[in-house]
Amino acid sequence: MSEPSLEVSDLSFSYPDGHQALKDVELHVHHGERVALLGPNGAGKTTLLLHLNGILRPSSGTVRVAGLEISDESVLEVRRRVGLVFQDPDDQLFMPTVGQDVAFGPANFGVEGIELDNLVIEALTAVSMLDAVERAPHHLSYGERRRVAIATVLAMKPEVIVLDEPTSNLDPASRRELVEVLHHLPITQLVVTHDLPFALELCPRSLVMDGGHIVAGDATVEILSDETLMKAHRLELPYRFDPKDAGY
Amino acid sequence: MAIPRQAFWAHALAACLLLGVVILAELPPAFVVKRMLVEIPILIFALLLPFYGRGETTELAGVTLSVEGLWGAWTILAKATLGLGASIVLSATTTIPDLIRALERLRVPNVITAVAGFMVRYLDIVAGEFSRRRIAMASRGYEPRWFWQAGPLAQSAGSLFIRSFERGERVHHAMVARGFTGQMPLYGDRAATGREWVGGLSVPTAALVLAAVAIIVLR
Repeated sequence: MSEPSLEVSDLSFSYPDGHQALKDVELHVHHGERVALLGPNGAGKTTLLLHLNGILRPSSGTVRVAGLEISDESVLEVRRRVGLVFQDPDDQLFMPTVGQDVAFGPANFGVEGIELDNLVIEALTAVSMLDAVERAPHHLSYGERRRVAIATVLAMKPEVIVLDEPTSNLDPASRRELVEVLHHLPITQLVVTHDLPFALELCPRSLVMDGGHIVAGDATVEILSDETLMKAHRLELPYRFDPKDAGY
Repeated sequence: MAIPRQAFWAHALAACLLLGVVILAELPPAFVVKRMLVEIPILIFALLLPFYGRGETTELAGVTLSVEGLWGAWTILAKATLGLGASIVLSATTTIPDLIRALERLRVPNVITAVAGFMVRYLDIVAGEFSRRRIAMASRGYEPRWFWQAGPLAQSAGSLFIRSFERGERVHHAMVARGFTGQMPLYGDRAATGREWVGGLSVPTAALVLAAVAIIVLR
């Protein structure tokens, strides 16, 4: 098989206060794959995400992005390759206008002029937000801000995008628009979510994380149908939702 | 600002100029008047000056007033009103992102323009958070009327500070995640067009000419 987009092996991490948040995490995401990362609150999902682009560094183990291992020298290139979309779009969008915000990433990597303009246009078009290029982020709806946040990482032409709870706080219509946008992005995606129908709709494969450990990995429909596994890790489907019958 | 204080006519002309710009910019009068209200404390101070000024005095309707104080009051009144009016026009006709970009082009240090940009971006969010808390407090029966009831409000401001600080940390993570290494990149930077230069310079030039004429006439 080709080089995995994301390859985490034997990753362990303890916070300075001694709390071990991750232990022996193994994770492989292949090129073009969409994978959901499921698990209860406090399972260590967000901590794992912060390792994927070197904001946190492992106590032991390695993280590789398209073959490149994270080190002091490679960390900047890793950050270009891994587009992290944070949970709260207000954390992600900090520039005065949408266009400037989308340009922030590629400009940090030295892109400028027409090439930068084109990246901004391309990224905003991919999330259907080109009309907002001159607008201020705080004048957009929550769903629009979420889509712009995705554009801000697409503009860096990453190898993989990693989304933290992308459907939280979205109304059903914004959620559907987001699913459509992500479905049409031809790029590797790792999605952390509590929204299990969303995981089923978007990601053929899922991983379950609990207690800082990956406890299961399988086709999403199989995971969601395994009642014992679901119960053991505090995962619950919406009332009367049958994953085998959902038609994905 | 440079118009000599004796030149009443020049101040009147400057006021006409300002009024003309307000009309040209199609600013609603109520909008301008509302924003002029911040001037009130300064005006009160100015109006007190003639009563407390020293030196030569004069009688006006039976009240003894200081001549120097009267001049002081007039100067503050005229300059504050004109200055405030001009800044209202500027802020109403220029978007904040444009102002910040302009400051960047004027070589104001990057750190200062970045801080100004962040302030503009997050002021709304922090204010929104604060007003949601006030509503949540009011919903549970907290309606402060007196100073000694302000405790919870102050505590709320404190925890808001902590939350904003944490948000700052998250924003920094988001910046680092997109390759930020300590220098804000410039983007959307463009030179002003000739028309914009003419438009932008017309009012200051007119004011400058007015001041120069006033100084020469009074010599």
